Amino acid sequence: MGNRTIVPFGPQHPVLPEPIHLDLVLEDEKVVEAIPQIGYIHRGLEKLVEKKDFQQYTYVAERICGICSFMHGMGYCMTIESIMNVEIPERAKFLRTIWAELSRMHSHIMWLGLLADAFGFESLFMQSWKIRERILDIFEETTGGRVIFSVCDIGGVRKDISPETLQKIVGILQLVEKELKELTEVFLRDTSVKARTKGVGVLSKQAAFDLGAVGPMAKASGIELDMRTQGYAAYGQLKFKPITDTKGDSYARTKVRIKEIFQSIDLIQQCVTLIPEGEVKVKVTGNPSGEYFTQIEQPRGEVVYYAKGNGTKFLDRMRVRTPTFANVPALLETLKGCDLADVPILILTIDPCISCTER
Amino acid sequence: MKFVTKSPWILHYDGTSCNGCDIEVLACLTPLYDVERFGIINTGNPKHADILLITGSVNEQNIPVVKQLYDQMAEPKVVVAIGICATSGGIFAECYNVVGGVDKVLPVDVYVPGCAARPESIIDGVVKALDILAQKQKYARKKTGKNRINQETAKI
Repeated sequence: MGNRTIVPFGPQHPVLPEPIHLDLVLEDEKVVEAIPQIGYIHRGLEKLVEKKDFQQYTYVAERICGICSFMHGMGYCMTIESIMNVEIPERAKFLRTIWAELSRMHSHIMWLGLLADAFGFESLFMQSWKIRERILDIFEETTGGRVIFSVCDIGGVRKDISPETLQKIVGILQLVEKELKELTEVFLRDTSVKARTKGVGVLSKQAAFDLGAVGPMAKASGIELDMRTQGYAAYGQLKFKPITDTKGDSYARTKVRIKEIFQSIDLIQQCVTLIPEGEVKVKVTGNPSGEYFTQIEQPRGEVVYYAKGNGTKFLDRMRVRTPTFANVPALLETLKGCDLADVPILILTIDPCISCTER
Repeated sequence: MKFVTKSPWILHYDGTSCNGCDIEVLACLTPLYDVERFGIINTGNPKHADILLITGSVNEQNIPVVKQLYDQMAEPKVVVAIGICATSGGIFAECYNVVGGVDKVLPVDVYVPGCAARPESIIDGVVKALDILAQKQKYARKKTGKNRINQETAKI
């Protein structure tokens, strides 16, 4: 038995865009235990419902996280709409789905770049982010914002996309698909990439289930858990099957995310052919009274929103359970027994979003 | 010492940002905006950095981290607050755990507004910071004497 040492990892670390602190207990080069310490990005966002009314809070909800900001806005709006029994127009449902899938694409491509950065493949990082800019251009053209859109509102969406723009988006996505095929080939076939990801951080199906993993983390271990199958927004009218893998290592997680990007392109194309004409927003009157749970599928996995209204314009309670929070126990499990040099890759394969987790 | 104002190295720290400004800071370095072609590098080591970019406001837990990073940076140094949260607290100003803008703990030289701040404005803010960096350098030289570095090397 070697000597035990504790190595502090974070909060400021070159591989982490966001601060999280881990105390890594090492035995020579092997990690025995990882003790997380959080709270660096805690803002106290849930208590803000007491100061901002339920309509203003849509914008706060969008700023829970800047990467999946549209999905946070959508999840919050869906919760309030369910409490108030508002049925949003069909076209708004499809528009929400299109923006949500574009968000998923941009998040996954960004993650691929960050993973490449973590294992030191700088040019792959740059190429991924170059492709991502095309998606951001679509966002900018349709909503006006690059990362925070403020386009989702209670009762529908605030902006419509014209049929010509929709066709243009399909055209851009075909180009992106071609570029992505070239890029993802490197992630899946290159020997040096495979050497860093294959067999690293294996999470068995049973462990993933016991620890409550969600999203690509669970899917890569063989659990078919995808909230989109519940059919919220327009997902009920689209044809798709959740993507799973059986290996449960970092390579499998990369593969699941890559397949999800191509699935998103397919879903957007389906949306563009199925989208009906009509209004995009209904007028909402009155205040929410009652409580509701909403589950939606984010790029990182299942997210749960809970809101409780008391008949005034200020909500009683608003609660978010984010996917990274659910994946942290699984991360700590995979860290046990790995090499110190593999820690950055393992942290990245859960696709951590600390600002969601700590709010 | 001209290289400092031509190719500054950047240290980025995420205060309590929502990630929006963070990814925009990273987007500045990637092919569309590509500031790396001027030799501007995002470093992870505070001792190597000339400009400190902070996104998001400060809270009780990260104040020591921010202060420590600033203290570790070598003179001359400039602090740029990115986004409205780093400037004043923004939409989160009323939250119980948000102390306020970064200027509550550090002397901020340039404020970049926006939610999220656009890459163009971030680059603009950094360019403005370069002028301040040059001024600070001039002042530091006046104060300590031009040939201080040479004298010190002579001693060794």
